[in-house]
Amino acid sequence: MSTATLEPSIETHVHYLNVSYGIKSWLLTTDHKRIALLYLASITLMFFVGGSAAVLMRLHLIEPQGGLVEPETYNKLFTMHGIIMVFFFLIPSIPATLGNFLVPMMLGARDLAFPRINLLSWYLYIIGAIFTLSAIAAGGVDTGWTLYPPYSTSYSHTHVVMAALGIFIAGFSSILTGFNFIVTIHKMRAPGLTWFRLPLFIWAHYATSVIQILGTPVVAVTIALLALERMFHIGLFDPSVGGDPILFQHLFWFYSHPAVYIMILPGMGVMSELITCFSRKRIFGYSFIAFSSVAIAVLSFLVWGHHMFVTGQSVYAGLVFSALSFMVAIPSAIKVFNWMATLYKGSISYDAPMLYALGFVGLFTMGGVTGLFLSSLAVDVHVHDTYFVIAHFHYIMVGGAVMAYLGGVHFWWPKITGRLYPDGWARFAALVIFVGFNLTFFPQYMLGYLGMPRRYAVYPAEFQVLNVMSSAGASILGIGYLIPLIYLTWSMRYGKVAGPNPWKAKGLEWTTPSPPPTENFEETPVVTEEAYAYSIEEA
Amino acid sequence: MAEHQAHSAVIDPLAHQFDDLEQQHEASNFGMWIFLATEIMFFGGMFTAYTIYRHEYFTAFAAGSHLLNWKFGATNTAVLICSSLTMALAVHSAQTGKRRALVAFLILTILLGMAFLGIKLTFEWSRDWNENLIPGQLVAGHPFAPHGEVLKQLQQAHADLPHVELFMFFYFAMTGFHALHMVVGIGLLTVLTVMAWQGRFSPQRFNPVEGSGLYWHFVDIVWIFLFPLLYLIGGIS
Repeated sequence: MSTATLEPSIETHVHYLNVSYGIKSWLLTTDHKRIALLYLASITLMFFVGGSAAVLMRLHLIEPQGGLVEPETYNKLFTMHGIIMVFFFLIPSIPATLGNFLVPMMLGARDLAFPRINLLSWYLYIIGAIFTLSAIAAGGVDTGWTLYPPYSTSYSHTHVVMAALGIFIAGFSSILTGFNFIVTIHKMRAPGLTWFRLPLFIWAHYATSVIQILGTPVVAVTIALLALERMFHIGLFDPSVGGDPILFQHLFWFYSHPAVYIMILPGMGVMSELITCFSRKRIFGYSFIAFSSVAIAVLSFLVWGHHMFVTGQSVYAGLVFSALSFMVAIPSAIKVFNWMATLYKGSISYDAPMLYALGFVGLFTMGGVTGLFLSSLAVDVHVHDTYFVIAHFHYIMVGGAVMAYLGGVHFWWPKITGRLYPDGWARFAALVIFVGFNLTFFPQYMLGYLGMPRRYAVYPAEFQVLNVMSSAGASILGIGYLIPLIYLTWSMRYGKVAGPNPWKAKGLEWTTPSPPPTENFEETPVVTEEAYAYSIEEA
Repeated sequence: MAEHQAHSAVIDPLAHQFDDLEQQHEASNFGMWIFLATEIMFFGGMFTAYTIYRHEYFTAFAAGSHLLNWKFGATNTAVLICSSLTMALAVHSAQTGKRRALVAFLILTILLGMAFLGIKLTFEWSRDWNENLIPGQLVAGHPFAPHGEVLKQLQQAHADLPHVELFMFFYFAMTGFHALHMVVGIGLLTVLTVMAWQGRFSPQRFNPVEGSGLYWHFVDIVWIFLFPLLYLIGGIS
């Protein structure tokens, strides 16, 4: 990351990037902004590693008999794609990069409450990533990212324990980030910054952090038990001696369903910032959006059973989980409707971050509504473990979380680097990604509904047209992701100097120079107005 | 900047990100509570699994309970409660700035913690080892194979051996993770003792003592739940 530093001759003020140089000043930094950049570099790398697995899978599936890899290798590819994208990209994506950078700035604080723990969290992430990547390098894992026993504990001959250890360690990095955010949000708000003046980005991160600290330890102990079972054959999840494999699924989804909200809630926080800024309006229904984040965090812990409608849980439990899952749609819909209402009679401009935001609204809604299909017991029996499920969660995770992440990265890039990116390219890339995404995943809804199961390396010839469409879309999507990588890197050195507030946005982070000084503000700001005090006349 | 931070960590008790000592104190205390919430969830996963299997295999789990010696468990409970008292007294000494008392109480707490681990290791785990009660292949070449009196006792209770093995696994996993937390706690207290001896704490700055105290009490409380669950609720024989 040391190459990311700017030539001090261009920037006249002292800021967090030019205050010191050299690899040590980065690896031993406790500055939340530098740690955010360390995370940004690491998760970008993991994103492209996980993405390349997806590209290989899509290439393989062009032919019904599978044209590229052995079936065993295919199993390892989807496992690697899942583990890396879930645990090493999506979960840290917005919180550890944008959240790390912005939470203290939006609060008017000099840093997070525990800067050294923040650095520790990055090191844990790296150690976890090394374990998981070495499991892949040593031959891979073929259990799927869900690691279901008894296959993972008794039958798989791959490197399950090493990968599990990587997930276990990375989990603690996520816990530490959430822990830091909660304490910082409670104890370090600037004078005048009351709870209901907080940007909704902060509310979303608060809700996310609650899930991180309460959910992640459960998956940690579950994965520890899984590893013990695999190493020592105790019988904990082995039905042949009385163990219960479904217990693993309960414990696993108790975290891994809320984890979906760890991935999407921060994106919803980004959305509220983007929509208000580019429609020049105060947010519609501030407190509804704020409390819907909290409601999602609470409900997220009560719906895990909808992953298990067909795995032998009782019908009555299924009914309750189905009803509770429907309820999550309410706070999610509240958010979408309030964003729409914010746009109404706004002064809308279509800068690149706004294009991502608008893409999010449509794609997240589609993903959410198909989620209702899946939480209906009878429909789920039909589409369970098919491409319908794949398409549903990719609409949420890629169409939602990744869109919001890219929108956020573009929105705050001038603040992070002090430079502007080429706007035309950015809009072009946003459109390419939108088109590529839909071409990749919409056919998968149809494939799933027609009955193509997930995780199969071969399929009947009648599904080929839709599969070819999906693979074509994936290649467009892949190129769409490479374009921002190129121009954003380019802009770090050659972009136009941005100035403190290129979007004329509200919020404390825009009141300080870009890039910000190490302690963020010249003096602690005093907040006297609500968040999003935009007025159309100013535009 | 880095120099300033290093400097502030050693001498200036106020870290640069905080406005005043009160804010710092509140933040570190609150942080410890949040951390303990994650710990509760961590142990909670195991407690849940234990409860489910206990319900499923009641006879075997009750018979497994009878294999444990409640007298050692009770002694250890007493030892831990005493250590909580000495820990609380240590925090009080730090608050009131009594350096010698602080060091003494910290050392006492460490000794009680070690006594707990000692009793567990010498009287309980070693017996389980001799009776071949170590579940699974936790130790290579030393499988779970109760024999003699123990086997007779289990057969009389009509307990399925694989399910007793499951109980023994929970016993080792839960007391093992608990013991691991004790070891971490003893390590923390050792560092604190050195720092206290050097006079690094004052009535204005004793966050680390207070935070470690909270942690120590939490580890005690986990044991307060483990003891009846594992040793007692099968009925004392």
